[in-house]
Amino acid sequence: MLLDLLALALIAVGAFFFVAGTIGLLRFPDTLCRLHALTKADGLGLGLTCLGVALLAGTAGEVVRIVLIWFFVATSSAVCGHLIARHVRRAANAGGR
Amino acid sequence: MITALSIILIVLLVSILGGLIRVLRGPEPAERMLAAQLFGTASVAMLLILSRVMAMPALLDVALVFALLAAVTLVCFVVLAAKGGR
Repeated sequence: MLLDLLALALIAVGAFFFVAGTIGLLRFPDTLCRLHALTKADGLGLGLTCLGVALLAGTAGEVVRIVLIWFFVATSSAVCGHLIARHVRRAANAGGR
Repeated sequence: MITALSIILIVLLVSILGGLIRVLRGPEPAERMLAAQLFGTASVAMLLILSRVMAMPALLDVALVFALLAAVTLVCFVVLAAKGGR
């Protein structure tokens, strides 16, 4: 029961961070600002959601898969954020000169 | 428990809808792709929660595939944009 409540709280906080990331994506003025808001808030939101769902998981295999999902999303989101930022900077340089 | 998780699912759906507004309005193609990354991450989170709500552990495998495919779309976008083929 206490574990369920803890898991629910973790998932709810994760959803809050997702909403915060979306608000940042909508309200920030600049592509790089939006990138900053989205990547970090989403990464934290997904990490908390994974933790909460892992607390609710039934078997060890499910926990392993949840950890794999978290690992892949964290890695790919870091790489993609870097790639997008480099693309934006390159486009700005090409337009400025 | 199921009700609370369903409400959280709806909140995540609303967050995806907000990203859709950015896809419609965003002036830069890079911002549209950022919204696509938001869709990938949020849909993975939704599938994780759905696997609990519907008691279907197979949805975890679906979430794993989504997590890998979301990265591929963004890498394709950046590579094509670097070649100048928009």
